[in-house]
Amino acid sequence: MPTIQPKVEGPAGDELALVHAAKAGDISAFEELVKRYDRNVFRIAQHITQNREDAEDVVQDAFLKAYQNLGNFQEQSKFYTWLVRIAVNEALMRLRRRRPERMVSLDEDIKTEEDSMPREVADWAPNPEQLYGQGELREILSKTIQGLPPSFRTVFVLRDVEGLSTEETADALDLSIPAVKSRLLRARLQLRERLSKYFKNRVGGDGKQ
Amino acid sequence: MTCSEFLKELTDYLDGAMDAQTKAELEDHLQWCHNCYVVCNTTKMTIEIYRESHLYELPEELRSRLRSAIVSKCKGHRGDDNIEPAPAGPK
Repeated sequence: MPTIQPKVEGPAGDELALVHAAKAGDISAFEELVKRYDRNVFRIAQHITQNREDAEDVVQDAFLKAYQNLGNFQEQSKFYTWLVRIAVNEALMRLRRRRPERMVSLDEDIKTEEDSMPREVADWAPNPEQLYGQGELREILSKTIQGLPPSFRTVFVLRDVEGLSTEETADALDLSIPAVKSRLLRARLQLRERLSKYFKNRVGGDGKQ
Repeated sequence: MTCSEFLKELTDYLDGAMDAQTKAELEDHLQWCHNCYVVCNTTKMTIEIYRESHLYELPEELRSRLRSAIVSKCKGHRGDDNIEPAPAGPK
């Protein structure tokens, strides 16, 4: 079975030159960095906050903070990884504001293994995404990922949607590599379990609930 | 190899991050365990569906508006040290 290949976005070649120019006060260089990563930051922010307005605010505030703190960027990691770290913190802060009744933390973990043990083992239709219209499919995917704890969906989004490596995800979230792998496995298995009810192969059925 | 052992290795297997011997043991398990085969295959599909879903794309009009606002704020804050610090960079 072929492995999943990371999605690589954004050329890195001239990135450091842009960062140096921006550090020296060249706002047009910083604007290039914004253009390069604004879509990624928006996606990450909306995945975490599950709120469009919050995601818009996160994009603005994360880039502004990055600009203001460029002097602290040590260049030991990619600029994007550093930016993601700022954006994730901004997004989690907004999520906490909206859900003060619930503790929201990247340290949040679920101790039992049962939450991720596969129960549904029916195979899926060959092209499950074609069982639904585009709008309906988006709604299913959005609703399903919303059901994950924030700590799980953040790791899933960085690793599997944005294509960061395990090491980059650990750096961006200040987690250990085993913690990233553990959350990623459980996030993947929980999403799979929940999507199975929509996508499983049903001979003679329409696959819908 | 048991199904539980297989599951523990599933993420590394899907990411291609393992040595040849462990990979061979996992693939041997997949040969005869239909349930693990299905879980492995549908987990891979889950990842691909999310990766290709284009959930939460940033519309161009909003993108321009946000970028203008960011640039304007950056100009306004240039040289202003009275700012809450961002978290330290990655290790």
